[in-house]
Amino acid sequence: MTKNNQPTYPLGEDAGTEVMAASGRKIKDITLEAIARGELNGADLLIKPDTLLMQARFAREGGFTQLAENLERAAELTAVPNDELLRMYETLRPGRATHAEMIALAERLELQFHAPLNAALVREAAMVYLARNLVKRSPPPAPMADDTY
Amino acid sequence: MTGSKRFAILAERDINKETFVEPWPEAGLIVTDSPFDPQPSLRIDSAQHQIVELDGKQRADFDALDFFIADHAIDLNVAEEAMASPSRNLARMLVDINVPASRIRRLVAGCTPAKLCDVIRYMNVLEMMIGLAKMRVRRTPANQAHVTNKREHPALLAADAAEAALRGFAEIETTVGVARFAPLNALAIQIGSQTGRGGVLTQCSVEESLGLRIALKGLTSYAETLSVYGTEGTFVDGDDTPWSKAFLSAAYASRGVKIRFTSGTGSEALMGHAEGRSMLYLEARCLLITRGAGSQGVQNGSISCIALPESLPGGVRAVLAENLLASMLGLEVASGNDALASHSAIRKSAKLMLQFIPGTDFIFSGYSAVPKRDNLFGGGNFDAEDFDDYNVLQRDMQIDGGVRPITEEQAIGIRRQGVLAIQAVYAALGFPPITDEEVEAAVLGHSSDDMPARDVVADLSAADRFLAGSQSMLDIVGALQQRGFTQTAAAILEMGRQRVIGDYLQPAAIFMPIPHLELTQPRYHVLSAINDVNDYAGPGTGYHMSEERWKEMQRLPQVKSPREFIKDQVSGRCERLVELGAAKESRHSEVIVAVGPGFGTALTRTINGVDHEKVLEAILTGVAREGLTARIVKVYQSSDLAYIGYTGTALSGSGIAIGLQSRGTTVIHKRGLARLNNLELFPQSPSLTLEIYEAIGRNAARYAKGEAVRPVPVQVDNWARLRLIVKTALLHRRETEEVRDKPPMEMFFDWEPDV
Repeated sequence: MTKNNQPTYPLGEDAGTEVMAASGRKIKDITLEAIARGELNGADLLIKPDTLLMQARFAREGGFTQLAENLERAAELTAVPNDELLRMYETLRPGRATHAEMIALAERLELQFHAPLNAALVREAAMVYLARNLVKRSPPPAPMADDTY
Repeated sequence: MTGSKRFAILAERDINKETFVEPWPEAGLIVTDSPFDPQPSLRIDSAQHQIVELDGKQRADFDALDFFIADHAIDLNVAEEAMASPSRNLARMLVDINVPASRIRRLVAGCTPAKLCDVIRYMNVLEMMIGLAKMRVRRTPANQAHVTNKREHPALLAADAAEAALRGFAEIETTVGVARFAPLNALAIQIGSQTGRGGVLTQCSVEESLGLRIALKGLTSYAETLSVYGTEGTFVDGDDTPWSKAFLSAAYASRGVKIRFTSGTGSEALMGHAEGRSMLYLEARCLLITRGAGSQGVQNGSISCIALPESLPGGVRAVLAENLLASMLGLEVASGNDALASHSAIRKSAKLMLQFIPGTDFIFSGYSAVPKRDNLFGGGNFDAEDFDDYNVLQRDMQIDGGVRPITEEQAIGIRRQGVLAIQAVYAALGFPPITDEEVEAAVLGHSSDDMPARDVVADLSAADRFLAGSQSMLDIVGALQQRGFTQTAAAILEMGRQRVIGDYLQPAAIFMPIPHLELTQPRYHVLSAINDVNDYAGPGTGYHMSEERWKEMQRLPQVKSPREFIKDQVSGRCERLVELGAAKESRHSEVIVAVGPGFGTALTRTINGVDHEKVLEAILTGVAREGLTARIVKVYQSSDLAYIGYTGTALSGSGIAIGLQSRGTTVIHKRGLARLNNLELFPQSPSLTLEIYEAIGRNAARYAKGEAVRPVPVQVDNWARLRLIVKTALLHRRETEEVRDKPPMEMFFDWEPDV
C-alpha cells in the first residue's frame, strides 16, 4: 500500500488510498447499481483538487516539473464552473480582452476561486499581450464558432 | 525528340506523382539548418533569475513565444551546463547505452531550441532511431486509430470503433466533416470503442472550445488537437497563445481529462509565417512551448503537413528528429504517420520504419481504421485496407506495433455489439432512430458507401439539442444498462471513474485491460511514464513483449499449417511404375530418365499437380518422336537434381540423361559435364507443362543423336518461387526422406508411346 503513509501511483490500484470524487462519493460507490438507483450526478464523476495535487506530486517526483505545475493549476480550476471555465479560456485567446480585462480576470481567479497560480499565469499573459499587441483591438473579433449556427 | 521508353515508364510510377522541390529558406521551405536559423545562445540574469538572451535574441526583442519558452520551458539550474556541453557529446549520449535516459533528459531541460537542433545536426536516422527507442517515455509501445466516415454515420462509426478497439488500438480519434456533428460522433466512438475493448481512450478533434465542451459532457476521455506553432504570427492565426493553451490544458486536467498538444514541421510555412526559419527549428520552439505549458505529450511528426517536408531534401529525417526531440524533452509522442504522405507504397512504408522499429508511445497518431475515402483527417497513409500488411510487418520483424490480427468472425461479432449499443442509446435519448437495416449495413459494410442515407438535418438538430442539454455520460451509461448492454455501460462508467482517479493524466498513459474480472466491474491497469518507465539501455533491456503477445501477433487468420501443404502431391503410388533390379549401363543410343527417390511412390504429382505417370508419358513420347527409346531409372542416393541427372548419364548408352525430381524440376545432362553443369535446366517446376516435358524428351533424344538442338523455351515466372517456396521446401524434404543407400534401380513403366 502506501509508502511513508503517502499514496502511491497508480492511485486507482493503491489499496491504501480511498479516492473520492469531488462530490465526496467514494470511488467504490460509483457503480452501475448506483446509477440504476438514480443516485449519481455529475459531481460524482469530477476529480477532487486533492487528487490532482497527488498526481502533481507523482509527476514532480517523476521529473515532469511543468506537468506537475499544470496539474496544480488544474487543482485550482476544479472550483471554476464549466461555463465560467470556457469564458476564461476565451478571454485568454488573442485579441479577446483588453489588458484591464485580463487583470480583472486574474483578480477574479485569485479572490473568487482562490487560484493564485492561474492568476499569476493570466497576469503574465496580460503583460506579454500588451507588449506584443495581442490585447483586444477594434473591430471586435468574430463571435465563438459555436454561436454561429 | 524521341523519349526513352524506360523514362516514360518511370514517369508513370507512383513516386512521380509526388512533388519534389529545392529548398527555399526565405519561404520556410527548408527542413533543417536554414541560413536564417539562430545560433544557440543563452544568458541568465542571476539576480533576476531570468533568461535575458535566448538563441541570439535579447529579452527586449522577445516575441510572445520567446517569453513563454524562457520563463516556462527551460530549467535555469541546468541551462548553463547544458548550453556549454558540446552538441556532439549530447548526440553521442543519445546512442550510448551506458548513458541512462534520465541523465540526458536532465541536460535537455536546459537547452534552447537552437541547441536542440544543433544536437540533431550530428545524428543520422539510425542514431536517431536508437535515441528514440531509449528516450520514449513509456516502455510499452502503443498505437492510435482514426475512425471517421464521410457520411458521419453513427452506426458505422460505432462499428468501426468497436473493430479498431478489438484490433488493439489504445486510443481512437474521430473528427467531423460538419462541426455540429461533434457530440454525436464522439458518442458513437465512445460506445463503439468501449464495446470493443474497455479502456480505449477516445477523442473528437474539433475547435478548442467545442472540444472542451464535449469533454465536459463526458463524451471523450482525452483531447489531442491542442495545436501549437513555432512563430507568433502562426500561433495567433491559430487563435491561441501559449498562455491560452496552458490554461486550456489545465482546464481539461481539472475535469480529469488527458490532453496532448499537436505540432509538427511545415505548419508555419504552410500558414505563411515561417520567418525564414527551418521547420525543425520552429518545431523545437513548439516542443518547448508544449513542455512549458505542462502538456504531458505531443502529437508531432509533421501530421497533416507531412507532404511539405517530404517535398524537400532530408524531410523524412527531420520528421524523425522532431519525434526524437519531443521524447528527449520527456513528452509522450504520438508520432504522425497519419495523414496521406505518399502515393508510393515503398516510400510510405520506408518512412514508417523510422517510428515502427524504435517504437513510440503511439506509432501512428491515427492509423486510419477506415478506408482512406472515409478518413476526414485528410489521412489514411495506412488504412483499413492495409490491416493485414501491418500485421505481417509486426510478425516479420517481431515488433510490437500495437495492433493484433482478428478473425472475420470476431470483427463481425464485435461490430454488431457496437452498433446495437448505439442503436439502443439513440432510442433511449430520443435521437433519430437507427434502423435495423442500418445496423446490418454497418456490421458488414466496409465504408460509408455501404450505408443507407440518413436524415442529416434531423441528426444535426439532435446533435445541437444534445450539446446544449444536460444529458451526459451518466445518461448514456444508464441507457445502456437498462437496455442490457451491461458490459459497455460498465466500461464507459469506468472511464468516468478513471477521470476521478486521474492516473491517466500522467505522461503517455494508456489503459490495459485486466482480464478475468467481474463483467460489471471492469478495471483497467494504467501504463504511463510513471509506472512503466522506459528503461532501455541496450540489448536485453527495455520493452520485451510477452510470450502471449508474440503468439497473438503470429495468429494471422491467413496462416496455414504447413503439414497439410503437400497433400495434393500424394495419392496412391503409381501402379504402372514398377521397380525391377539394379540398373545397368547400356551401349544403346538411348535416353535415360532418372527420377528422384520419391517419384511415383512417396509423391505422385508435380508441384502444379501433374501426375507423375503423365510426365513420364510426355517425356517418353518426345523421345519416341525422335526415333529413340528411353529407360527409366530411380536414383536413391540423393534427392539433388544435379546428382540425379548426373547419375543417369553414367548409365545412359548415349551419355544423355533427363533428371527429374518428384516436384517436377528437370535437367538435361550429358556425361562428361561437371555435375552442376548441364545442357538444359528447367528450374521452375510450376511452369512445366506436359507440352514442355514432351519437348524436353525430344531435345534429349536429339542430343543423344548428336544433332544441333534449340533449347526448349520456358516461361519465366519469378512470382512462382515467391508463391510456392514453402511447398517447394516441403516437397523436397519429403523426397529427401526417401533417400537410401542403394544403387539406381531399373524401372518398368507399363506404357507404350503412341508414335
